[in-house]
Amino acid sequence: MDFSAVLADAIRSGIGPIAAVFAIAAMGLNLHFGYTGLLNFGQVGFMLVGGYGLAITVVTWGGSMWLGILVGLASALVLALLLGLPTLRLRADYLAIATIAAGETLRIFYRSGWAEPTTGGVFGLQRFAGDFYALNPMPPGRYGLWEVRFGARDLWVMLVGWTLVLVIGLLLALLVHSPWGRVIRSVREDETAVRSLGKNVYAYKMQSLVIGGLLGAVAGMLQAIQVQSVNPDSFDPAVTFFLYTLLVLGGAGRILGPVVGSVLFWFVLTFVDSALRQAIGAGIVPSDVISTSEVGAVRFALVGLALILLVAFRPQGILGSRKEMLLGDR
Amino acid sequence: MTADRTGPGPAPEPGVRKPGALLVLDGVRRCFGGIAAVHVEHLEVQRGTITALIGPNGAGKTTLFNLVSGFDRPDGGRWTFAGRRLDGRSPHRIARSGLVRTFQLTRTLARLTVLENLLLAAPAQRGERLSAALFAPVWRGQERAHRARADELLVRFRLDRLRDEYAGTLSGGQRKLLELARALMARPQMLLLDEPMAGVNPALAQSLLGHITQLRDEGLTVCFVEHDMDVVMGVSDWVAVMAGGRLVAEGPPATIGRNPDVVDAYLGRRHDEPEADGADPRRRKGR
Repeated sequence: MDFSAVLADAIRSGIGPIAAVFAIAAMGLNLHFGYTGLLNFGQVGFMLVGGYGLAITVVTWGGSMWLGILVGLASALVLALLLGLPTLRLRADYLAIATIAAGETLRIFYRSGWAEPTTGGVFGLQRFAGDFYALNPMPPGRYGLWEVRFGARDLWVMLVGWTLVLVIGLLLALLVHSPWGRVIRSVREDETAVRSLGKNVYAYKMQSLVIGGLLGAVAGMLQAIQVQSVNPDSFDPAVTFFLYTLLVLGGAGRILGPVVGSVLFWFVLTFVDSALRQAIGAGIVPSDVISTSEVGAVRFALVGLALILLVAFRPQGILGSRKEMLLGDR
Repeated sequence: MTADRTGPGPAPEPGVRKPGALLVLDGVRRCFGGIAAVHVEHLEVQRGTITALIGPNGAGKTTLFNLVSGFDRPDGGRWTFAGRRLDGRSPHRIARSGLVRTFQLTRTLARLTVLENLLLAAPAQRGERLSAALFAPVWRGQERAHRARADELLVRFRLDRLRDEYAGTLSGGQRKLLELARALMARPQMLLLDEPMAGVNPALAQSLLGHITQLRDEGLTVCFVEHDMDVVMGVSDWVAVMAGGRLVAEGPPATIGRNPDVVDAYLGRRHDEPEADGADPRRRKGR
């Protein structure tokens, strides 16, 4: 059994482009859930409209990548307004219902035969990120240390992705520590009290929903760029739950919570996956107990177990404060 | 005390006009399934006074507060505050106009510090606009001024030691004080206090009453809901009595206890319905 290969796989995944994508999407979710108390269960819907906004603009309409990025962001803005206008005046549960339904409706709509001329239906759209990779300053080849090596394309996505994480993290830190952020955090605690002190709670919730949704769209575009393809079924509702998982893991209501959570989530997930495959390959785990085709499911079961232990023993997440979390339980 | 208590005040009858009325209610009505929970024909609250709104449980006092502060929608009626129509406005606009309320069950922001609870309430903050939030120089000066004022209020209400604690760690009494301080941070002209003395130990109740009197002496108008008659007698300049959603009596505290309408509607209830919870001030204190 090759432990160094397992470790290298896990590290590659933990710092890889997908970890950056999930970190950005979870930062948006953190603004919603961790800071404003909005229950958005359809963050994947924002990723979807972002990724497709870019792909459709370039492939179907023949526009430039930059126009595509604008279309992706504009789609997320429209989606946030559509979701927020009717539900944000109501109790928190209604946003949760509307978002989870919207995420799934969007996926089914984009994969429908009716939408196929524009969205590519079940086949999705491919090869729209040429402009992005044309900007890559690194010559082709493999880069990295030890066994952790990336191709120039992945490295370029990672560079852009983690730079975005850094910039977004700084902007969010400034925002939540401003008086604006104080109102947002107060809305999370008790919106009636905030209203009684002269703040337009509805407007603040809407602003938060829009900003977090835009971050979801950015993540969706980066994901689409990384695989040079959008496919409706990669925007499964499970993505939102992975985002919640890593947010709770890292610590909700902490700027770096989603970043730490995403790195760790992908590290552990890949570590378990790779270690199981190695163990089956080496005959340590008999293949009639778990076959290699079942590893994908088993790793999620093990991650689920890890989450249960986490919630039982460190419910505030890695960066969260236990004291603060207990106060939240009113 | 103020001149109102000794001089010839307004006549002690429900709906009486008062000089310098700050809040004026007209025909405010709220029905729940055909039953009029609140139906107040006319009520004026005089500027610079402490007005107590009393009445047995279910008299509609809190409902009236909810209506006036915009948290509930009336089925009819209008009210003006400092000459401006407030009916139909949302709670945050009513609060901004200078009419700030507190709640019967305190609503402290648990995972914010005591200081942050106060800072939130400061009105017209530049840094609360999303467009300005990222540019600290735009709001830093104003924030510093708000901090200074918040610190003054914390000292005044003896919460300064708890300044950087999470508000969720405060005791019930401390939360009452925090809520009052926070309401003042919003720079109100008038405070609506919903049972400020409920669930508070006698010593703290005295201190709260002292604060309320002092605020009145500084020019603030206060209206509070209470059903403990003894509390009301000691502190208020004027008492309005509600029963069955209606305003049944008004007058200075010294005479209100002798008003036959009040005895009928409020105290008399005790003899008819000895089990009526809260209607008897002595039973309530004994708990």
